[in-house]
Order: sequence, then C-alpha cells, then structure tokens
Amino acid sequence: MSNNSTDISAGRLAPAVIEARGLAKRYKRRWALSDCTLAIPEGKVVGLVGPNGAGKTTLLHLAVGLLAPTSGHIAVLGQRPASGPAQLGRVGFVAQDTPTYATLSVADHLRLGAWLNPRWDRDLAERRIVQLGLDLGQQTRSLSGGQRAQLTLTMAIAKRPDLLLLDEPVASLDPLARREFLDGLTKIVADHGVSVVLSSHLVADLERVCDYLIVLVASRVQVAGEIKALLASHCRLTGPRRDPKSLPANVQLIEASHTDRQTTLVVRADGAVHDSAWTVESLSLEDLVLAYMGRAASTELGHRPASQDQP
Amino acid sequence: MIRFTWRQFRGQATVAGIGLAVVAIVLAITGSHLAHLYDTTVATCATHGDCDAATGNLLGADKFLQTALNVLVLVLPGLLGVFWGAPLIAGELEAGTFRLAWAQSVTRTRWITCKLGLVGLASMVVSGLFSLMVTWWFSPIDLVQANRLSSSIVFGARDIVPIGYAAFAFVLGASAGAIIRRTLPAMATTLVSFVVARIVFTTLIRPRLIAPLHRGFALDPNATGFGSSGSPLSGAGHAALQPNPPDIPNGWIYSTDIIDKAGRPLTSQVLKSDCPLLGTSGPPAGGTHSRSEVPNGVQHVLHDCVVKVGTTYHGVATYQPGSRYWYFQWSETAIFLGAAIVLAGLCFWWVRRRVT
Repeated sequence: MSNNSTDISAGRLAPAVIEARGLAKRYKRRWALSDCTLAIPEGKVVGLVGPNGAGKTTLLHLAVGLLAPTSGHIAVLGQRPASGPAQLGRVGFVAQDTPTYATLSVADHLRLGAWLNPRWDRDLAERRIVQLGLDLGQQTRSLSGGQRAQLTLTMAIAKRPDLLLLDEPVASLDPLARREFLDGLTKIVADHGVSVVLSSHLVADLERVCDYLIVLVASRVQVAGEIKALLASHCRLTGPRRDPKSLPANVQLIEASHTDRQTTLVVRADGAVHDSAWTVESLSLEDLVLAYMGRAASTELGHRPASQDQP
Repeated sequence: MIRFTWRQFRGQATVAGIGLAVVAIVLAITGSHLAHLYDTTVATCATHGDCDAATGNLLGADKFLQTALNVLVLVLPGLLGVFWGAPLIAGELEAGTFRLAWAQSVTRTRWITCKLGLVGLASMVVSGLFSLMVTWWFSPIDLVQANRLSSSIVFGARDIVPIGYAAFAFVLGASAGAIIRRTLPAMATTLVSFVVARIVFTTLIRPRLIAPLHRGFALDPNATGFGSSGSPLSGAGHAALQPNPPDIPNGWIYSTDIIDKAGRPLTSQVLKSDCPLLGTSGPPAGGTHSRSEVPNGVQHVLHDCVVKVGTTYHGVATYQPGSRYWYFQWSETAIFLGAAIVLAGLCFWWVRRRVT
C-alpha cells in the first residue's frame, strides 16, 4: 500500500465508486491482475464476470484493502481502500464462500457487527434475519450455504455502506437460494440506493440484477460499460465467407468463426453497419460475454493462468 | 473490538479460570498444611535437636504435588503459547474469517492490537497468578532447600519470571501463526522454539547476566575429595582435588577451584609431585569419589595430601550470592518481556504488510 491516497476522482462530474489506474497484482510469478484501468460510476449494480482464475477475487480484494497492489493505484469512494475506519465503514464486503465464525451464533454475528461498525443499523439487521427465518441462537457451522450467505449479506448491508462488494456470493448456492439471494439484493439496491459490485462466472446470475458489466479474462479487463450501451453497440454479423479484415473502420472485430461457406462475426460497431452482404443480429448478454472470453482465450492461448481464483 | 475479542476468547478464558480456581483450592488446603508443618517442626527443631528429621519430613511431604507443581509452572507458558498464541491469527487465516473481520469498520492495526493485547495480558495474568500460588505453596520448602537461585527449575517456577515466559511464548505463538498461516504447524513451531529459547537462556545467558563473585577459603583436609578423569588417548588421567564448596546461604555456586596466592590453579603435575602416593593405591581412574566411598588407607593419604597442598594453595568459589535472586528475577523477566515486544512488532508488521 505504497500509494498516497490522492483523490484521483477529483475534477470529475460523476464521482467513481471505484477508480483504478494501471492496477496490477502479482503472486510470486503469476500476474493475477494486469494493467487494470477502470472507473465505475456511482449508483450502478455492476456485474464482474469472467472465468475462474480471471482475477475477479483479486480485483475485489484490492478494492477492500485485503490485498495491496503490486503496482498502479486504486481509489474506492475517493480514498485508498482500508485506509481508516471511516473508509472501511463505507464499504460492505461479502467474501467468497461467505466465511463466518463457526462456533459463534447468528446473534453473536449481529452483535459483532454492532460492536465493530459505528453506522450499524440494528433494526435492519434484525428485521432481515427474522424475514429470512434464521434462528438467532444457532451456531453458524450448522447453517446452510445459502443461510450463511444471507447472514454475511445482512452484516454487510447493516453497516450502511455506500458501496457493496460481493465476491461470488451465489456460487455455492442451489438455484432457489440463488434466486432468493439475488432478489434480496435487488430489494436492497432499491431501498438503500447503494452501489454494488457483484462477481460471478455465470452471466445468468448477473443479467437479473446488473446494469453495468465488466468482463475480466486472463487477468485483464476485456470490456466494461453499461449493459444497455454494450448490447446496443455489439452485434453479430453473418454472411458469405470472407476475410474479417475487410470490415469498415467503425467496426471492431471481437470474435470470428467460419464454416466452409459462411462467416459469423461478433463486432463492436460505433454506429450502424451499412453493408448489405451482412445479416445483422443483436446479441444476448451471454453471447457478448462469451465472445470476449473467446477472444481473450485465443490471444492468451498456451499461457492462460492456472484456474485458481485465490492467492 | 475489545468486546469482540473477548467474545472469541471467552471460552478459553473460562477454562483457564476454572483451572486456576481448582489449583487455588488444592494449594490452599495442602499449602496451609505445609506451612503448619514447617512452623511446628522445622522452625523449632533447633531447640529439640532433630533438624535432620524435621527437614526430611517436610521435604518428603506431598512429594507428588511438589513435582507436579514445578512441572506445571514450567510448561504453562509453553501451553499458553501453543493453545492461545498459535491459533490466534492462524485460526482466522485458516478459516477465512479474517475476510469477515477485516471487512468491518476496524483497521487491521486495531484488530491485531486488541487481539495481542487482550489475550496476551490474559496469558500473563494466568501464568502470574499460578506462579504466585505455587511460590506461596513452596515457601516453607524453598526456605529449607535454599535453592531458589541455584536450581534452574525452581528459579524458573517462582515469582515473576513465569510472567515474562508467558508473554514471550504467547507472542511467539501469535507471530508463528501469522507467518505460517496454519494452526497445527504454528503450534509445533511455537513449542519447539519456546523450549529452545528457554534452554539457551537458562544455560548460556542467565549465568552471564551479572559477573559472579569469588570467595576464597582454606582447604579442609576432612572435606576435600579426589577425582581423576582418564582419557583413553592420553593414558594418564587428569587428577584433581575436589574441595567442598563453602556454605553460601541461598547462593548459586558456579564452580570451586584450587589456586595459589598468585591465582595459578593447582595442576595435576604439582599434585602428583606433592602427593606421589595419591591415586596409586586408590580408586581407578575415571571417576569422582566422595570421601565415604574411599577406603580407609586412601583417606589417610588424601588427608596428608590436602594438608600439604593447603600450605600454598587455597580454594576459591565462584558464585552468585542469594541476595541477587531478585536481580536475576527482574532481569530475566524484563528480557523475556522485551523479546515479546520485539516479536509483537514483527507480528504487527507482518499482519499489516505481508498477510494477503
């Protein structure tokens, strides 16, 4: 944590909740995150998507100050992550696998939250626990994965953060618990107007709740932006087989696939594609993400990082 | 953060509290019996002239408890380091709960300060109280044995040094846990390094804490033994007289030597020329013999020899006087506390900079 906490979001109109410049993290010899430059605007629900080992956890851990960057800068809510109790108090974090103290009860965890967070909203926490039907006296070792996830989410929102960071919160949940969790999250966003960054390796999870997307593959940010804008600017072109290099200047190729007679391209187009040879189709979010993942996989072929998401 | 640390530590604290209470009850009952025994027998034995029997009786009382208590005070700091220190941080790292704890509105520095401070203080209190009780319990026995300073086991199991040991062992455990990040290996490392630290300090550092005193004494022909150590290589043994050390109450005698007025030690060549008969008809080389084991004829030879040697040579004892007991207690406690503080600094730095 060698960077001085200069306010790198100063001078902007829409303040960024997370602003990263050239952010990188290396574990021994492996780069878990490289050259990450990002500005996530306030008030969004951001989906951070990528395959396992892409660097999602690393990015989130850098954002909550669990990790210090190897190089580059990151500011969260205008300050260095974990720079002090006030900064920590404004960021809620639910870690991967939602760790809790196995021998402490649900009530103990709420007490813990009240003791350690000056802005703790006791009513909110207790109301949510009652709504979820959790037994206050139960030790967390006997909770299901979904219940533990809900408990840690409750702890994260009862501290009344301005930014909520969730690391694969639904990865270990069954489909029903997954839907309940995401619905609960949507409600929290509606009620409290909190900014959220949520990581997942499944696009379907994110589509329900997110309005902003970051695709992270092989330790690099592939694309980031509003989901609406991304869907509007990307499309699939299908036509007779031809060289993708012959595309117009305002079209950027993301992924190409060919059969004997036909070429299918996923492109980013700043404006309409005027070429009658192509059939233009809109993309689903999943297709868009897969196209970026495919591109990253082909450029990084042979030296993809180990499929590990943790230090 | 203090309340949270206490909530996590409550179970262990309760176990320690119950343990101390049980020990207190047992020691209160048996200890007052010992004190009574001392007051009625040893304290008045001089008038009855049966002091040997009285002290023997006192030292033989509660023999099992004596051993058990000395061993317990000896190992308690190590146990605190292993069971309270090592899992303190390693447990959180292993279970991943540090990611929950560090996501609260509490900085890492405060987290580690509270943990080390509260549990470390508790370790010192537990070890200190236990040592206090044991010191009181042993007070009649220690009065008779007068070995509080000279016995390394007794010294380390009385008064305040166990507090220093506990602080050191605890922080050692916590640091090992932070660095190794796994509870069981951290426990093993703590145990081994604590035992090594104690042995090194006891054998190498404690005797050098302050320069010993020397006291000269005349050789007593009736209280000087003879010993020789042979080596198969040199053939001829190294022969030496072994004077009985002078009586230094509560003192710690490092060694007794025989020197002349110029301070030169008695060599075996001088001894051989002064006492040519010594060792020839006597015991075989390779052993040390107290006077009682030596046959009568040899005793005469030895007696004459010591008288002859005593005209130019005298004994000198190198020792620490009993009055330095508290100097040693405070020094050793301070050194272990200082080492604990240095280790705590390492632990802070490691948790803030190196963990994750």
